[in-house]
Amino acid sequence: MRTPWINENLAAAEIDILLVQDNHADADLAMRALVKGGVGARTRWVQDGVEALDFVNGSGDFTARDSNDLPKLVLLDLKMPRLDGFDVLRALKGNARTRSIPVVVLTSSNRSHDVAECYRLGANSYVTKPIDVDSLATIIIHVATYWLNVNQAPT
Amino acid sequence: MTDYDDIDILLVEDEPIDAEMTIQALRRGNLANRLYWARDGVEALDFVLCRGAFADRDPLHATKLVLLDLKMPRMSGLELLQTLKTNADTQKIPIVVMTSSKHDRDIAESYRLGANGYVTKPVNFDRFSAAIRNIGTYWLVLNQAPTP
Repeated sequence: MRTPWINENLAAAEIDILLVQDNHADADLAMRALVKGGVGARTRWVQDGVEALDFVNGSGDFTARDSNDLPKLVLLDLKMPRLDGFDVLRALKGNARTRSIPVVVLTSSNRSHDVAECYRLGANSYVTKPIDVDSLATIIIHVATYWLNVNQAPT
Repeated sequence: MTDYDDIDILLVEDEPIDAEMTIQALRRGNLANRLYWARDGVEALDFVLCRGAFADRDPLHATKLVLLDLKMPRMSGLELLQTLKTNADTQKIPIVVMTSSKHDRDIAESYRLGANGYVTKPVNFDRFSAAIRNIGTYWLVLNQAPTP
């Protein structure tokens, strides 16, 4: 299924939110919610941890991107193929250039072990996805609004 | 059991007017019932580490949010941030820096030391209240805090 919300031009332009999510239906829902909430115009969706790191580092498919343009928020799923959310956190937070990017883990897991591990690796916040689709859309809008409009992102 | 055992928000602020405004704004959002106000970094550290006046506090009760001012006597916000984020027992506690400083250096240094978020205090009272309520709702309702 191809989501209509991917703006390929955003690969090279400045973006606000990097959405890291392997599930297409979940990504589609998140993109729709962000656009509807008026906070998602500059969101880029990538499908796994490898793509996420390539995006942030300007490598792989993203060599044309200026890697100095760091997102103001990374919305990170945990369970993904190739490179999972824990590995992405470890890589971003272990690198002086990228460690200040706010990373919010957005996952269906509410296991205290996952929560603790994410904070230990430096996640800025951890939000559990509700099962209900409408509640999930509302929560995604709240999260994005908080991080884009209330929080002061690093410059 | 002491009164300190069920605290969700630790407010670290040396300026009484700012502290009162913060508590009032949270109260209006029904978010201030379980708040403790520490007047500086030393008192806040005693609170978190359950020592001094807080020796009877139960260390297993998780603080869901530390709201941290930067400029304070005795121990600054950055010093407290560094201390809490380099101690394995306290490293996971969410800390949001809330300050009037918009200096890039303070922002960068706060994130470098591991701050979970950074909010600039609006000068306008209504905006200040709204920002505080947003912070309270986000960190107490939406965010999943770690258990100790």
